[in-house]
Amino acid sequence: MAALGTPLRTFRGLLRELRHASGRASRPYRDTPAYQHIVAAFRANRVTSEKLCRAQQELHFQAATYLCLLRSVRQHEALHQEYHGRGERSPEEVAGLVGFRLPQQPGGKG
Amino acid sequence: ERKRFYQNVSISQGEGGFEINLDHRKLKTPQAKLFTVPSEALAIAVATEWDSQKDTIKFYTMHLTTLCNTALDNPTQRSKMQLIRAAVKFLETDTVCYRVEEPPALAELQKNEWDPIVAWAEERYNVAIGSSTSILGPNIPASTKDTFVNHLASYNMWALQGIEYIITQLKSLILSMGVIDRHITVEKAVLLSRLEEEYQIQRWGNVEWAHDYDLCELRARAAAGTLFVHLCSESSTVKHKLLQD
Repeated sequence: MAALGTPLRTFRGLLRELRHASGRASRPYRDTPAYQHIVAAFRANRVTSEKLCRAQQELHFQAATYLCLLRSVRQHEALHQEYHGRGERSPEEVAGLVGFRLPQQPGGKG
Repeated sequence: ERKRFYQNVSISQGEGGFEINLDHRKLKTPQAKLFTVPSEALAIAVATEWDSQKDTIKFYTMHLTTLCNTALDNPTQRSKMQLIRAAVKFLETDTVCYRVEEPPALAELQKNEWDPIVAWAEERYNVAIGSSTSILGPNIPASTKDTFVNHLASYNMWALQGIEYIITQLKSLILSMGVIDRHITVEKAVLLSRLEEEYQIQRWGNVEWAHDYDLCELRARAAAGTLFVHLCSESSTVKHKLLQD
């Protein structure tokens, strides 16, 4: 199975992503179920670089997949905000693009 | 767009499985069913999706929640057999079997990158698949389709929803089985699925707001689908074996 990297790297990556993912930070990310579940799972399986244990490989693949998910969602959202997040321009802005200003109409539109 | 209306997200165990609590309210599906999932790890991941939302709830980023809702509501009302048939039908237009003849560099790239994964699938499932440059696509023998139908039938309904989702995203049954069987990583499967795009990007340049945007979205969806399938089809026999040793 190619390109999984070391379990330690996956583990660190996951913790980093969870830190980014804590939305409102109502509690530290170390208290979240996800953090505790991942730490417990890695500890229980004591993922080493031993290539023989199938359970360890399955867990590592699952962890790497979850890391891919968290990372890709964060990156996608960042790109979305940067390029697609601004919405449409207002009529004032559109007029301003070509150097016009919308007229003041104190009585509202006709 | 909905504002985040809850402070705390937690999970609890109910009769039907694990439930998600947004403050004191229990999460429901779009069809107002109680949101329950069979796996604790899956519930935790869904809870994390809800807890990651900042001021507004961005449903388009919550892929696991969406997959669970689909499994619970089954809005297209398909039976297990219909899902399986839809999945296997994709083999007829499987991306990795559908080859170009021009430009030669791309044809070569497809051969080098896709032949190994097709060979893996043929060996793993003991079937003939092949590839084709014809516009009609490869000619898949009925025995090959039957083998895949039987294999997919061993998965439960939830896992099948996930499998069909991955196939739709990656546009390939073979690549989907590749990730599900843990033969390739999600990143590799996405790369292989987007081989022609990657080739064109190398040739003509990368456009971040389009290419990277699509790449990240495909990775997110494929990863969500794969994780969903694995968490829904986990058995306890692996743990049992460790205990016996």
